[in-house]
Amino acid sequence: MKFGTEIVLVGLAAFGALAAAGLAQDSAFQAHMWILFFVLLGSTVVLMRKASFAPAGAASIPLRADTAFYMDGPVRYGVIATMFWGIVGFLVGVTVALQLAYPDLNIEPWFNFGRTRPLHTSAVVFAFGGNALIATSLYVVQRTCRARLFGGNLAWFVFWGYQLFIVMAATGYLLGISQSREYAEPEWYVDLFLTIVWVAYLIVFLGTIFKRKEPHIYVANWFYLSFIVTIAMLHVVNNLAVPVSPFGSKSYSLFAGVQDALTQWWYGHNAVGFFLTAGFLGMMYYFIPKQANRPVYSYRLSIIHFWSLIFLYIWAGPHHLHYTALPDWAQTLGMVFSIMLWMPSWGGMINGLMTLSGAWDKLRTDPIIRMMVMAVAFYGMSTFEGPMMSVKAVNSLSHYTDWTIGHVHSGALGWVGMITFGAIYYLVPKLWNRERLYSLRLVTWHFWLATLGIVVYAAVMWVSGIQQGLMWREYDEQGFLVYSFAETVAAMHPYYVLRALGGGLFLIGGFVMAYNVVMTILGYQREEAPIGGNVTPLAPSLQNAG
Amino acid sequence: MDYTAMRQFADSWGLLFMAVFFVGAVLFAFRPGSRKNAEEAARIPLKDD
Repeated sequence: MKFGTEIVLVGLAAFGALAAAGLAQDSAFQAHMWILFFVLLGSTVVLMRKASFAPAGAASIPLRADTAFYMDGPVRYGVIATMFWGIVGFLVGVTVALQLAYPDLNIEPWFNFGRTRPLHTSAVVFAFGGNALIATSLYVVQRTCRARLFGGNLAWFVFWGYQLFIVMAATGYLLGISQSREYAEPEWYVDLFLTIVWVAYLIVFLGTIFKRKEPHIYVANWFYLSFIVTIAMLHVVNNLAVPVSPFGSKSYSLFAGVQDALTQWWYGHNAVGFFLTAGFLGMMYYFIPKQANRPVYSYRLSIIHFWSLIFLYIWAGPHHLHYTALPDWAQTLGMVFSIMLWMPSWGGMINGLMTLSGAWDKLRTDPIIRMMVMAVAFYGMSTFEGPMMSVKAVNSLSHYTDWTIGHVHSGALGWVGMITFGAIYYLVPKLWNRERLYSLRLVTWHFWLATLGIVVYAAVMWVSGIQQGLMWREYDEQGFLVYSFAETVAAMHPYYVLRALGGGLFLIGGFVMAYNVVMTILGYQREEAPIGGNVTPLAPSLQNAG
Repeated sequence: MDYTAMRQFADSWGLLFMAVFFVGAVLFAFRPGSRKNAEEAARIPLKDD
């Protein structure tokens, strides 16, 4: 690799960041640009040190080239990044949970709840989930199209560009730079950069599909593509804003009032629908058949699943704005479309689970399958709960309470987390040419730690959320509210402590996975008895009996 | 286009287009003879690595 153009471009970008730091209109922007400058400067140095000066053609084959048919370098890096950001995100999550339980842990100004909370949500959704989606989509699209990634090193730009976006978003939050849009907190300049990275991602993915050798586009790619395209659309519209200065961190949204609120939740809900659902369904439709070694239960059902998800999800956003200034008809529309989402919910759940019909014994012997099945179960459960909570009568109790947070986490930890863990455990031995994982027993440990963590988390949030909702609406016989707001906060303390415990279990599971994956990559195999004992398969003896 | 015009387009032609497209997609998925194609497509990930 020569990296000639790359070195020049990254070097110029570093100089640009330095200039922007000099011209900065506010101190937060200045600090942010200094961070960007040092990151880019470091990247330039690393690139220069890795450059080879051999003449072109001669001895220019690097040690670990992607000379294989498929380009798996960015996928390998992506799997490691997924694990790394996952643990960072879970760790910040436990910290945030403890900050709610013990307010003294809010360390001003960088580490108070207002800044660490978006750090947590972005780290788990975009850093952990986003890296998982990019890595698996690039893996799956090559295998199911039987074509190498399109665009050569563009895939590397997607990977590193996305990491830079994460670093800029995260450091921005801690510096107090935020446009306060849910799940879209980064300011205008970071948004613009992400748009470039995302378009490059779309080109790589779509280009690979265009040059496919397989005539049919497998359904997992439909889901991945819908995720990439829809996120691009949502991101651009939601972030339409006018910066105060080209060298300042502040911008104002193009929309005002209730239109702005609806745009935000159109984005926010579809970030859940297309980032956390459609993208991960693409994962489900590839990795569950692969791990079970069986085709998906019904391919035609998967097509219906796809189109119903596409047509319904985009309208469900207004259910986040029940009983607000949003017109009543729009609220009702959001509610009705949310209820109809039960259709793709059941379609996906049936398809995922029934893929195992006839192979349910694998549940006993294969903890990776167990993880994937638990993911689909949580997909079914949280997408049942969501439409129910969008019904206005239910929402009047659940909205603004911890019930919503519990719901999000049963989807994010249970569905997104578990299916990602399953995919990582499947991918790591394949990507690093290992015979098997370091230890399947540790996968079992991870499975139970994570499951127990989610169950504790969700159950505690149901109790605290419903209690909160009931306390807020409690009137006495004279029509006065019975509880002050501070009283309802104080009543939540034990639940917040228990929530941190549930999150802690999930975090420990993450560490177990990291250890297992690192040992697998290093080439170790743990000596252990096979899961399910050394039983001989039943089938031959049955045949003898018959 | 003002709000009213867009609103009217959305709840007439827009709605009709999407409903017809969705029903069409469902009918296409379950058209006679689609089973064989679907079963072949479902085997794509399992063919090799």
